[in-house]
Amino acid sequence: MSDGTDGGTGEAHTNDGQRFDRLPETPADRGVEGRASREEVLDWWEERFGIDSEVFAEYSFWEKGAGKIWIFNGEATDPSEVEAIGMTFLRTRQEHWKPTGRAASRFGRHATENVIELDPAQAARFAAGEDQDLPEWDGDWGYLIATHEVAGEPVPIGVGLYLYDELRSVVPKGSRADLPVVE
Amino acid sequence: MNPLDRYESLVDDVDAFRAACDRPLPSVVRTNGIAATPARVREAFDEGGVAYDPVDWHDGLFRLPEGNPGGNWPYVHGWTHGQEEVSVLPTLALAPRPGERVWDACAAPGSKTTQIADAMDDEGTVVANDNNLGRLSALRHNAERLGITNAIVTNQDARNFSTKPLAFDEFDRALVDAPCSCEGTCRKNPDVLDQWTLDHVHAVAGIQKGVLARAVQATRPGGVVVYSTCTFAPEENEAVLDHVLANEDCELVEFDLPLDTDPGVTEWEGETYDESVTRAKRIYPHRNDTGGFFCAKLRVGGAASDETGDAATDGGGGA
Repeated sequence: MSDGTDGGTGEAHTNDGQRFDRLPETPADRGVEGRASREEVLDWWEERFGIDSEVFAEYSFWEKGAGKIWIFNGEATDPSEVEAIGMTFLRTRQEHWKPTGRAASRFGRHATENVIELDPAQAARFAAGEDQDLPEWDGDWGYLIATHEVAGEPVPIGVGLYLYDELRSVVPKGSRADLPVVE
Repeated sequence: MNPLDRYESLVDDVDAFRAACDRPLPSVVRTNGIAATPARVREAFDEGGVAYDPVDWHDGLFRLPEGNPGGNWPYVHGWTHGQEEVSVLPTLALAPRPGERVWDACAAPGSKTTQIADAMDDEGTVVANDNNLGRLSALRHNAERLGITNAIVTNQDARNFSTKPLAFDEFDRALVDAPCSCEGTCRKNPDVLDQWTLDHVHAVAGIQKGVLARAVQATRPGGVVVYSTCTFAPEENEAVLDHVLANEDCELVEFDLPLDTDPGVTEWEGETYDESVTRAKRIYPHRNDTGGFFCAKLRVGGAASDETGDAATDGGGGA
């Protein structure tokens, strides 16, 4: 079915920002100014969350647009002019790199640092996208992986930003959920 | 007219067929094996007070009698995906394996793509294509929510799909879950019966033939192509298979599905189809209390290049 119209939204898909480029292995291999390397990405996850780089050994990493990094577990050409390649993973090219909530959900069970376990009421507020006071956290400020317990095991919910005794939920609007508190 | 009238001659028990089509379907979710096991989902439902019933032919499916499949923690965690029961059948027939190259030709909104990725243990490459850019955003949202990392998403007309953006030029398996007249979904969405027209049947059948032909061409010798729809119309089912059998190097193969099915029909309104279309399977709503569906499995002709070439015949042997 040819679907010739684009709804008049004026979306252009021909600029460079629509192209996926594989990350260079190390900073020394870097050909594009400001682009993160695979090594830096893996080091960051290890330093921030204690996730061993071995967890990501089989994956490749790609940048599209300004700093958005994708994680992929298949075969692809480099560059790749497609709509998506794997899943969004990390935002770079800013002072504090920001993991995606989906990356936290998918890989957060491997994390050993900067993980904040929420009680049932806190977890429900977090999933709803609400900010909350949590002065009891005595760890680092910045991006944390929020977890809660489901049937006896901790499960990552997503990414929160901890600043000034407050945990800000950064769950995207489209993914917020109004859930009952499960005690 | 109610299009269901025209299929009464195809079913054995017209009253049961019509009665089933009038009953609404429960919400159903499929367990996403990349994130959780069925046992874990059951534990979380129990803990959260979510009512659920098992589905006897698939341990990863749960019926939710109270509806609201997205209003619980397992959904938020990407452990479950709302998907009608019969909609899991084409991926069961396709039987993709970890490490393979798989094409989902008409992929949005991604229920089958994500089930394919799950069956592949998220290893290998599933190329999820759809011609509708708006529906692709739903696919991407679902793939991310379920933590799929082995999918490439493309936005092409599947009838002349180009493998140029890919790292390979043929697939091990392809799924054509084709756009169709959708009467089989009438238990979820009765509007499809009011919107049905014979002109649309003929128009969409042309598209279906084009997509299925391209899928056969894009799949390696010995590979598998599955064709599925949610319509009862022979014009969109057996006639499409008959056309592709006559024009492409492929054959229909026997396969098993875990519920009661009826064979494809060889005659319809004066047309006759290749005898092998009886290997396709019709799923009528009254047989298993599900939606309506159609599913066929093809083996692409030519010598298989390696031992996985028996893919099209594993699990065969007929119903």
